[in-house]
Amino acid sequence: MLTQLTHAITTMTRRRALAATAGLVLGLAASSPFSPALAADDTIKVGILHSLSGTMAISETTLKDTILFLIDEQNKKGGVLGKKLEAVVVDPASNWPLFAEKARELITKDKVAVVFGCWTSVSRKSVLPVFKELNNILFYPVQYEGEESERNVFYTGAAPNQQAIPAVDYLMKEEKVKRWVLAGTDYVYPRTTNKILEAYLKSKGVAQDDIMINYTPFGHSDWQTIVADIKKFGSAGKKTAVVSTINGDANVPFYKELGNQGIKATDIPVVAFSVGEEELAGLDTKPLVGHLAAWNYFESIKTPANEKFIKEWQAYTKNPKRTTNDPMEAHYIGFNMWVKAVEKVKSTDPDKVIDALPGIEAPNLTGGVSKMLPNHHITKPVFIGEIKADGQFDVVWKTPGLVPGDAWSKELEGSKDLIGDWVGKKCGNWNTKTNKCGGQGS
Amino acid sequence: MFANCLDRLRALLLSVLLLSCFALPALAGPFEDSVAKFANDEFSDTEAAIGEVASSGNPLASPIISALQDGRLSADPDSKKVFITKTDGSIIDAATGAAVDKLPDNAAAVRLNNRLRRTVEAALGGLTLLSPDPAKRLAAAQSVFKSHEESLLPTVDNALAKETVKSIKQAFAEARAAIILFKSDATDSDKLDAIAVVKSRGDQEALALLSDLGTDQPPLVAKAAASAISSIQSNLAMWSMVQNAWYGLSLGSVLLLAAIGLAITFGVMGVINMAHGEMVMLGAYTTFVVQEVIRARYPGLFDYSLLIAVPLAFVVAGAVGVVIERTIIRFLYGRPLETLLATWGLSLVLQQAVRTLFGPTNREVGNPSWMSGAFDLGQITITYNRLWILCFTLAVFAILLAMLRYTALGLEMRAVTQNRRMAASMGIATSRVDALTFGLGSGIAGIAGVALSQIDNVSPNLGQSYIIDSFMVVVFGGVGNLWGTLVGAFTLGIANKFLEPVAGAVLGKIAILVLIILFIQKRPRGLFALKGRAVEA
Repeated sequence: MLTQLTHAITTMTRRRALAATAGLVLGLAASSPFSPALAADDTIKVGILHSLSGTMAISETTLKDTILFLIDEQNKKGGVLGKKLEAVVVDPASNWPLFAEKARELITKDKVAVVFGCWTSVSRKSVLPVFKELNNILFYPVQYEGEESERNVFYTGAAPNQQAIPAVDYLMKEEKVKRWVLAGTDYVYPRTTNKILEAYLKSKGVAQDDIMINYTPFGHSDWQTIVADIKKFGSAGKKTAVVSTINGDANVPFYKELGNQGIKATDIPVVAFSVGEEELAGLDTKPLVGHLAAWNYFESIKTPANEKFIKEWQAYTKNPKRTTNDPMEAHYIGFNMWVKAVEKVKSTDPDKVIDALPGIEAPNLTGGVSKMLPNHHITKPVFIGEIKADGQFDVVWKTPGLVPGDAWSKELEGSKDLIGDWVGKKCGNWNTKTNKCGGQGS
Repeated sequence: MFANCLDRLRALLLSVLLLSCFALPALAGPFEDSVAKFANDEFSDTEAAIGEVASSGNPLASPIISALQDGRLSADPDSKKVFITKTDGSIIDAATGAAVDKLPDNAAAVRLNNRLRRTVEAALGGLTLLSPDPAKRLAAAQSVFKSHEESLLPTVDNALAKETVKSIKQAFAEARAAIILFKSDATDSDKLDAIAVVKSRGDQEALALLSDLGTDQPPLVAKAAASAISSIQSNLAMWSMVQNAWYGLSLGSVLLLAAIGLAITFGVMGVINMAHGEMVMLGAYTTFVVQEVIRARYPGLFDYSLLIAVPLAFVVAGAVGVVIERTIIRFLYGRPLETLLATWGLSLVLQQAVRTLFGPTNREVGNPSWMSGAFDLGQITITYNRLWILCFTLAVFAILLAMLRYTALGLEMRAVTQNRRMAASMGIATSRVDALTFGLGSGIAGIAGVALSQIDNVSPNLGQSYIIDSFMVVVFGGVGNLWGTLVGAFTLGIANKFLEPVAGAVLGKIAILVLIILFIQKRPRGLFALKGRAVEA
């Protein structure tokens, strides 16, 4: 409703005296260097579906730049199948229905071969029917709640078993945590992740009394009560930790309050799944040293591939301080997998590429080689990093090898028998008990 | 001999590595070997090194461990040499104490994780119990209270006997009580005394300590501990009411600060200004720019950055406000729906403009030192930034009130809003007053942005999160009445904070909205309705 209002307003105000100022600024904003594609057959078009305005622009703008950068690099190497890649950038403006409209536009009007995009789960869900109907490919680069495996979507971010579960394991083993606060923003990703974590913790013998679950609205800025509650919960004589699925903008005030109320990582560590280098950029991290984040990539990881990537990325953006983060690496892996699959089948036809992708391997930036699995998730290493005083992360633990992503959580009653298999079974929710396709999900 | 042994015990920390005090090696060789372990870049080696260094009795132990805590200890992985960068910038070899000109190129700071940080804190606590610096002694006593390391008891006794500062003596007594409580061979009466000491401390850490005691205690001790726990809990429950009230005041001050500009533009002028939040955002970005300039050019002025930003934010946001009034709003007076739509569109334009100029990511606005940290008042924690924001809000409110009352501009504003035509015929340039009033409201929103940058994100979306709350406060308080805004803001803040622990943050917010809607049904003009002819204007 809000969005319709916005639409009505922008069209209406244009006609009014406002036009002068509005036109000027909107013009500035819209004058990105990518004019609509010229109809040329010697290019392969790649769609980029990330919000460049609205609340999610804070996270998604960087991903748009990442794909542009990757396309630029690929074109320097001669493109794909002898053709240059051409980016088609659209702005779904953090508006979920608009994501579906823009996806349709990319596929039918611009005839893109593949789309890289979406951040929030709700935006992914809103474009799903479009990708199914028009049979195209979406690469989704963000850690998410799982419980999904679609033929047209490739999930290059972490599933819960590639981020949340290893992080909890680390706290249990290394920090001997006995009491848990699961704090999250009130929407689908934190709620599902916390449900999985709660089931997992209980299976490890944690009592109900030792789990506190707390949800806050989007953009929550007054954390005084909750931080005091966490402090109180942590003074029951057992080692306590906070598992945070707090999203986006609410993190800065949350960490500021933690710092100011003097909750140190040595007393009550906070492990976050949505806080990366970019989010910390708006914070003074000195009071936060030692708090944790679990990701599949950190900028501070020293491998030749990562150092090369950061150097070229900073040169491309002409900003020597520009940070890199986990979803960027996911796009890096996904993009290279798509290129390999296209080169393998010598075609950009979505059906052929979708069939070719499972089994494709592409190096990640942390020294390993990730593989696309039949359930359209990939294998990734899991790292636990501690926040350093300079806003970077220091890796204190990592999984011994790569962890394969589970589309369906093994911890939840409704999904533990399901698997996604688009190679053998041609099914996203194959029930291993009944040996039938179907059950929960689509 | 006995005294010598005591001295060494002072440094004896980690019972895992407990060596008999006679067997302690006094030679330099093993100490150097221990120090060299810091260079292995393995957490387990670092932990071993901390234990060995701390129990070595070497005078370099304390400097090494405090350097480790502050990230000033670096190691060269090739030569296995370890260096301390002193606080004055000079560098010494950690194993020998010899001065070094500069760090080798591949030397890197020794890394820590949380477990090691706790080990370091405990080790440092033992090493600095007798430090000449009172602040260090206090910190050491606190860390011993937490770690209740049994081997430190003689040192704590020694420190307790020597201590002259009353508060630190108290801290030592509490640390001693904590150790005795967990000492396996302490007598029941000693433990009961210890419980009494811990009980009188009465805070959450005391509670944590007592809860940690476990169930395998003698019945008398277990009973005393249980009664101490319940007495501390009921005491803390009482304090938590006080705490909720304080949190409510603090939230109320933030609401008031955000709403006070709107109380002028919407409350006094009647303009439904959806771009109000963006004026707040402009103020926050002004603070960011001021801090950037200060960081780059005059780092010494950083603590004054907010004082410099306040007038600048007022001018920036106020000027933008005047421009908006002159170019858009003055054509729309008396057409509330169109004003609403136009200002909403304008807010999107301003957001996108800022996004284009400064980028979509959060910008860092630092807290000056006087706004960082917290202090304890009884059993509640009061953070400095919230306290200052409360004071600042009240000051802004008082100044605004005085301005409306005692200045010529204030008089003209009141005249124009009460009866435009009469004011015009008395020779007041009403359109100029309109522009200035709107500018004033916007400027105050800008000032609010300076304060809000201290507790919230500085991002293009900053304003959006405050606009609904601001309207809520103004409507609830009574349109056109500044005092109503004040009372409304604090009422909503306190109600919210008493509801939140019961209902949770999400439901609490919904409950408040429902309550306001019901209230408005009963009193459509808010808490303090304006009476008289002004209402009809």
